[in-house]
Amino acid sequence: MLEVNNLKTHFKTHDGVVKAVDGVSFSLEPGETMGIVGESGSGKSVTALSIMQLNPKPPAEYPEGEIIFEDQNLLETSDKRLQEIRGNDIAMIFQDPMTSLNPVFTVGNQIREAIRIHQNLSKGEAQEKTIQVLRDVGIANPERRAKEYPHQFSGGMRQRAMIAMGLSCNPKVLIADEPTTALDVTIQAQILELMVELQEKYGTAIIMITHDLGVVSQLADKVMVMYAGRAVEQATTDEVFYDPLMPYSWSLLRSLPRLDTAGEVRLLPIEGTPPSLIFLPEGCNFSPRCPFVKDECHETDPALEEKKPAHTAACILSIEEIEKNKHRVDEELGVET
Amino acid sequence: MVDQRRDAGSELEGVLEADAGEGYGNVKGRTQREIIWRRFRRHRLALAGGGVLVLLYIAAVVTPWIAPYGYAQIDFTTLNQPPSLRHLMGTDRLGRDELTRVMYGGRISLALGLAVGAFSTLIGATVGIFSGHYGRSIDVATMGFVDFMLTLPFLPLLLVAGKIFQFTPVTIIVALVLLLWPRMARLVRGQVLAVREQEYVVAARAIGVSNIKIMLRHILPNVVGVMVVEATLIVALAILVESAISYLGLGIQPPTPSWGNLLQDARTTMTQQWWLALFPGLMIVITALCVNFLGDGLRDALDPKAVE
Amino acid sequence: MFAYIIRRTFFSVVVLFFSSVVIFGLVAMGPDPLTELKLNPRVTQADVERITAAYGLDQPLPVQYGIWIRDIVLHGDFGESFKQNTSVNSIIVIRIWPTILLMGSSLIVTVLIAIPFGIYSAIKKYSALDNAGTFLSFVGYSMPTFWLGLILQLVLGVYLTSWAGYRIFFISGMSSANGAGPVDLLQHLALPVITLSVISVAEFSRFQRSAMLDVLTSDYLRTARAKGLSQRVVYLKHALRNALLPTVTLVALSIGLIFGGAVITETVFAWPGLGFLLFDSLNKGDFNVARALLLIGAALVVFCNLLADIAYSFVDPRVRYE
Repeated sequence: MLEVNNLKTHFKTHDGVVKAVDGVSFSLEPGETMGIVGESGSGKSVTALSIMQLNPKPPAEYPEGEIIFEDQNLLETSDKRLQEIRGNDIAMIFQDPMTSLNPVFTVGNQIREAIRIHQNLSKGEAQEKTIQVLRDVGIANPERRAKEYPHQFSGGMRQRAMIAMGLSCNPKVLIADEPTTALDVTIQAQILELMVELQEKYGTAIIMITHDLGVVSQLADKVMVMYAGRAVEQATTDEVFYDPLMPYSWSLLRSLPRLDTAGEVRLLPIEGTPPSLIFLPEGCNFSPRCPFVKDECHETDPALEEKKPAHTAACILSIEEIEKNKHRVDEELGVET
Repeated sequence: MVDQRRDAGSELEGVLEADAGEGYGNVKGRTQREIIWRRFRRHRLALAGGGVLVLLYIAAVVTPWIAPYGYAQIDFTTLNQPPSLRHLMGTDRLGRDELTRVMYGGRISLALGLAVGAFSTLIGATVGIFSGHYGRSIDVATMGFVDFMLTLPFLPLLLVAGKIFQFTPVTIIVALVLLLWPRMARLVRGQVLAVREQEYVVAARAIGVSNIKIMLRHILPNVVGVMVVEATLIVALAILVESAISYLGLGIQPPTPSWGNLLQDARTTMTQQWWLALFPGLMIVITALCVNFLGDGLRDALDPKAVE
Repeated sequence: MFAYIIRRTFFSVVVLFFSSVVIFGLVAMGPDPLTELKLNPRVTQADVERITAAYGLDQPLPVQYGIWIRDIVLHGDFGESFKQNTSVNSIIVIRIWPTILLMGSSLIVTVLIAIPFGIYSAIKKYSALDNAGTFLSFVGYSMPTFWLGLILQLVLGVYLTSWAGYRIFFISGMSSANGAGPVDLLQHLALPVITLSVISVAEFSRFQRSAMLDVLTSDYLRTARAKGLSQRVVYLKHALRNALLPTVTLVALSIGLIFGGAVITETVFAWPGLGFLLFDSLNKGDFNVARALLLIGAALVVFCNLLADIAYSFVDPRVRYE
């Protein structure tokens, strides 16, 4: 349904060209959930905004690639058609619900607006739909709440309202950009459960962008790990979690504290900082920080290769070499293998 | 680890916010001062403004030595002459060289502006920092007073005061400072409030650093930015206001020259002697403009959130 | 929200009270209001004593203050002008309308020009027009009002008239000797309004531009676009509402400053309003009138600040539902 091929999103700045997204490909089937994981600066948000064509046009350009949605290349679609698609076929919800909702309009007004742009309903019908969708996301007293302003909602409720707004036109794809990052942990859990519920009910495909591996493991069918603007590993969630074939993904997992091994196992912090997207390192982008690095890594820039069936990774190490390295570090950390 | 050049100042509005944040790391290739100076340098108008101001102040200081004629030098043979090579700004009704008069007038106006700026800043910033830092009842009382002072009708009050107490350059400075320090106080206090919520201040207090020390070492450096910008605004304002009330005859009185009262002479004669109306006023505009450009450049350079 | 309004009103009254004390105190440091009367050979000592007693001028200052305030609050009576031998009210009353006309016109002109320009400048940031506008704004608020008035009188008044052969703009007064009409009024009003407005236009447009820029980089505009709204709707509906909010406050707060500017402008153009009256009465040494005008000015500022707070609370829902 949605196919992204070799997408490149570059930003022209005073200091150079920022290669925020540098050749990313993936596909999304109806009803699927894909997680995009990465650190800040990896390009995950920009990828999402690129699909919606919401990157500000003057600095942003798309030198290569295509985004095929229902047989149209979104990179070449007219603005008018894009407006029809946004909110209707592909919807997006953002990280901070307080700043993402307009403070001077009621919540109901903003949801109604989303509905009325795309559907030919009367004001009354749109209002009914608004209330119904607010109820769907678990907001009590939706009739009263619809007349309230965003600042009168709690953080979790605001995010629910945003989700309601996103799903109000029954889109085929919902892109969620770090929807739970700004929320308390307990609320996070509620929101994620809600999203699972709604997905079952509406059959929406979801692209979940996050840096939180826990969120991904709960929701996603498949995962794309991004680093420095590229996809460095793509596979099903299970594969990535149990058998990561790219040192970066593996390091991410080893850097997470776990309750069951607390006190017994050391954590593996990833040394260094992510690279500038203008001046990328020689060879592999991750080589300066990679715990498995060899000399060849500084010379070749690895492309995504299929290491196992339906499991690609961008690393020149073979599966055996990776396994050996993993064992070695795991022993140092005290992880039971 | 491969050494990577990084540019601390480049960020893209909004779009990369979610990704850029900590992503670029905090490796500073340059010190804070260098960054500020570099950004200030980009602002060409501010540089020009600053340069011109320096020239003006230098000229004001050395006026007695470089002025072509005496300030009160009357010459009945050159009455009311338009600008010429001998008298670059013309002469007035008593044959006095206008350029000389403008230069001497500038000494007063420029010095006055600077003095008002300096003292308002000193008083206002101190009050603001104390009020913001100690908080609660001190803050409420102080800000109540400041707000009250800010509602007084500035210019009319000055005019009445000018009539009652004939202003001398010194007393006018006092009056202007009295009316302008609340602006600085309010601004600085606001900034102090913003800063003291920052964790490093809370940390310092938790360790037990004395209040004075906190104010000087932690709060002051972060407040300096807005202070400097507001100070330039105050300087410009002081010069404009002084010229206005001097023009109306209620400010600096002749024979002490100021750009304002030079224009007073021009009022009745300007249809015949346009140069008497033009030049002093032009000097006021140029000075205020330079000060404002400077302030704007400083604001851009010192704003930590500025986007290129 | 009513509690908010009542609280703010109460504070405003308190502030006005303190202002009146300062004003009274300042003028009390001036010369004796009966000086001229006492110098007049036709006025006897008995008359002087009678007048002194009648107006409480022999009472201690706080009492005199009380009398002054009481008369104003209860009777709207600003006292006597001993210099001009008539009530202050009669002097002031005829000057009110010209000042309202001048300040009002200036405010309307300013809003009509500055706000659209500020918004446009923000949207087309760094365009040629924006840069020119920014530069002009700087020039605008670096310019002394009175000097601008002088120059306009010279150029658009004297020079333009001699070049065109007939009078387009009048440089003084509010109406011509031989009959006033709306056109004549406009010809007199034009230059003073321009003079008074330049600074406000400069300030407001910069402010509006800055407010609009803040809005343009906000997240909710991104959300609006993500919903499929056209750029036009995003700007006109979502951005504008938010960008105009702070301007409401600015406009109300500026009225106090515009009054100060009006004093100068009216004086330069001999516009028969309260501002010119202030200058005039100071020249005459009529402090009772000056004092009344100061109080009116203070009341204007306080009232406008109050209005700004109330208006803002209506317009910004975040303040409304606290």
